[in-house]
Amino acid sequence: MRRAADEEDFVSSDPRPPSRSTSRDLERYAGLFASRTKVMKSSAMRDIMAVTARPEVISLAGGLPDTSSFPPETFAAVTARIAEQACAKALQYGPTEGLPETKDCIAEVMAAEGMRVDHDDLIVTTGGQQVIDLVTKTLIDPGDVIVAEGPTYPGAVPVFHAYQADVVQIDMDGEGMRVDQLEQRLDQLDREGRKPKFIYTVPSFQNPAGVTMSLPRRKRLVEVAAERELLVLEDNPYGLLRYEGEAPEPLYALDGGVYVMYLGTFSKILSPGIRLGWVAAPPPVLEKINLGKQEADLCTSTLSQLMVQAYFEIGDWRDYVRSLTAIYRSRRDAMLDALADYFPPQAEWTRPGGGLFIWATLPDFIDTDDLLVRALRDNVAFVPGSGAYLDGRGHSSMRLNFSGSDEERIREGVRRIGEAIKEQLELYGTLTGELEAVRSEPEDEAGTEEPGGRVVELRRREDRPRRAGGS
Amino acid sequence: MSRVAVLKGGRSLERQVSLRSGARVEDALERLGHDVVPVDVGVDLIERLRAEAPDICFVALHGRDGEDGTVQELLEILDLPYTGSGVPACARAMDKVLTKHMLVEAGIPTPDFFAFTQMAFRELGAADTLPAIEQRLDFPIVVKPSSQGSALGIKFARAASDVPAALVSAFSYDARVLLERYVKGRDLAVSVLDGEAGPLALPVVEAVPREEDFYDFEARYEIGRTEFICPADLPEGVSDRAAELALATYDVLGLHGFGRVDLMLDETDELYVLEADPIPGLTDTSLLPMAAEAADIGFDDLVGQILELALARAPRV
Repeated sequence: MRRAADEEDFVSSDPRPPSRSTSRDLERYAGLFASRTKVMKSSAMRDIMAVTARPEVISLAGGLPDTSSFPPETFAAVTARIAEQACAKALQYGPTEGLPETKDCIAEVMAAEGMRVDHDDLIVTTGGQQVIDLVTKTLIDPGDVIVAEGPTYPGAVPVFHAYQADVVQIDMDGEGMRVDQLEQRLDQLDREGRKPKFIYTVPSFQNPAGVTMSLPRRKRLVEVAAERELLVLEDNPYGLLRYEGEAPEPLYALDGGVYVMYLGTFSKILSPGIRLGWVAAPPPVLEKINLGKQEADLCTSTLSQLMVQAYFEIGDWRDYVRSLTAIYRSRRDAMLDALADYFPPQAEWTRPGGGLFIWATLPDFIDTDDLLVRALRDNVAFVPGSGAYLDGRGHSSMRLNFSGSDEERIREGVRRIGEAIKEQLELYGTLTGELEAVRSEPEDEAGTEEPGGRVVELRRREDRPRRAGGS
Repeated sequence: MSRVAVLKGGRSLERQVSLRSGARVEDALERLGHDVVPVDVGVDLIERLRAEAPDICFVALHGRDGEDGTVQELLEILDLPYTGSGVPACARAMDKVLTKHMLVEAGIPTPDFFAFTQMAFRELGAADTLPAIEQRLDFPIVVKPSSQGSALGIKFARAASDVPAALVSAFSYDARVLLERYVKGRDLAVSVLDGEAGPLALPVVEAVPREEDFYDFEARYEIGRTEFICPADLPEGVSDRAAELALATYDVLGLHGFGRVDLMLDETDELYVLEADPIPGLTDTSLLPMAAEAADIGFDDLVGQILELALARAPRV
C-alpha cells in the first residue's frame, strides 16, 4: 500500500497539465465541432442503457449472437492454419476491396441465399455497419432524403443523423414495408421536387420489427426502384437464420444488382467479433464506395479475412449456422410462450420466422423509455422503441432480443417486464377510472384481423384464463 | 496531501455523468498533489474503503444512493470524513416533495404543487381528486418523480387527458410523484459554495436551450445543446434576490460544502425555487464549475476548497 502511494508521489511530481477552466473548455471544444455533430444525438437513453450492462440484469436489450456456441477447437484450428500457411500475409495490409479468397467465401454465402455475385461486384468491409456508413457517405448530401422502414434498425439512425440526411419512414405490416405507402410518399416528395437517394430496408426478419417482406412486395419494391431510378440498400444480416418456412428471394437476386445494393455480414453466421461484412453494388457506385473505404480505413482486417477463409476450408460453415438456428429457434419459442403467458392482453407482438428480435407494442399511454427505468429496478432490460424512429414515434414499443439469453432467463425476463407493464396498466386504469378494462379480458380481435391492417404483424395474447397473482 | 477516495459511478441512472464528474475531480486532486483512489461504487464499496484506508472521501455520485444520503450514512459508520452535505440534508434535498414543504414553511416561494404516492391512487382513490388539482394548478402541469435528479421522468401535461400517462411515466422512477404548476420563464441556477465566511452564492447561470422547448437531460450534459450564460443578464435586483433565495434554501435544507439551487424567473420577474441539488454535476458542462469560474474560482481551487471544508468539518484523531 505504501509503495503504491510512493509511486503516486513520484507520478505527481511529473509536470501536470495546467488547471483547466470550465467555460473556456466548453467554448474551446464547442467552437471546433463540425455542424453535423449538432444532430448527432448521444441520448440519455445511452446512459441508461449503460446500466443494463450490469451482470445482475437479464438483458433482452442487446442484439448479441451466442458466440459461446462456437467450438473453441475450430477457433484454434483456424488460427493454427493461418500461422502455418499465411502468417506474413495475415499481418500485412491488404487490397481495399478485400482478398479474393474471402470473396470466394462471400460468393458461397450469397449463393446459399440464391444470389450470384462476381468478385468485381464486391467490397469486403469492417462489419455490415461500415456499409451503411459508406453508402450514406457516398450518396447523401445534407438534407438529402433516405427512405427507411418505420421502425428501422436503431444502429442506422446515428449514421443517417451524422450525414444530416432527412429520413422518411414508411410503415410496415406483416408483409414488411408498405410499398403502396412508399409510392405515395415518393409521389409526394416528387411534387416537392425532392428525390430520395436510396431506400434502406432490412427485408428479412427485420431489426427491430422481426417481420419479413413478402415476395410480391419485394417484386414491387424492385420495380419501383427501377421505374424511379432509385437505389435500394438491402441489409440482410439474418436471412440465413430462418426457423421455419421458405425464404423469399432477396431483392438483390430479383433486381440482378442494377438498383439494389446488398449488405451482407459474417456477424450473425460466424462471429461479430471478426468485424467482417461486405457490400455488393453496381460498379460506378462500388467505385465511389471503394474510395470512401480507402479513406476510412485503407482495408478490412486481413487477419479476419483469412480467418473466414480458413474456417470455410476446415469445415462446412453451414453446420454452425444449422446449430445456431436450432438454438435460436428454441429461444424464440421460449420468448413467444413467455409473452403469451406474462404479457397483458393489451400488448401485441410480432412472431418472427427467424432473426434475433421480437417487437412488442403496448397501449400508447405507456412510454417504454420510462418503463425501461421501472424494469431496471427488477433487473431486466429491453430496447425502447423510440430509438428505431427518427420522427418521435415508437414510444410505446420495445425490441426484445432472444438470441443472447437462454430459455430460462428469457422466460424470467419476460415475466418481470410483464409484471412492470401490468403495474402501469393498473395504475393507468385507476387514474382514468377505467380499471375494469384492465381486470377483464378484452375481446380477442387480432386473431381475425386481416394481415396488413396494422403497423406491424401483431399478435395478441392467446385467450386463456388469467393467472392468479400479479400485484 | 491527503489520500482521497473519489466515489463515482454507482447504480444510479446518472452513472455516466457521475463517472465524468469523478474523472474530472480526480485530475484536479492529482494536480493539487493528493493521493487519489478512484472508486466505482458497487457491492465491494465497504471492502474497498477498508482496504484503501483513505483519509477522506470525495463523493462525486449523482442520483440514487450517492445523493440521497445512503452512501453518506455508510461513510459515517466507517468514520470516514466526506465532502458535501451530511445524511439528513441529502435526504431532504433528494426528496423534492419534502424540499418543497420545507420551502413553503420557510416562506421561500416555490410553484404550487401536490404530491402523491402510487399507493394513494391504488388504495385511497386519489384519482378522484385529479380534476380539483388540475383546476387549481392550471395547465400545463409539470409531472415529476419526487426523487430523480436531472430531468429524467419529467413530463408536461398540456391537458387533463395527458395527466394519467404522465403520472404513469413519473411513477416509473419513484413511488412518489409531484404535480407542479408550470412556471413559464427563464431557467436559472445558483450554485452555493461554503467558505470561511459562510456560504457564498456564486453568479447566476441561465440555461437557454437551443432546440427543445424544455431543458432536458440530454441538453443538460451535452456540449453545444444548451447555451449557458454566466453571469446571467437579469433585470435589476433579480440576481441579488436569486442569491438570497438560494442561500435561504441552502440553509433551510441544511446543505453543507456546496450545492446548487434551481429557480424559475417568471414573466413578471417573480422568482420561484424548484429544487436543490446536494451534489451538482462537476463535469465540463456542469453549472457549478461554470459559476465558480465566473467568480474567479478555477476548477482546481473549487475542488480544493470543497475538500478543505470537509477536512475541517471532521477533524480526525
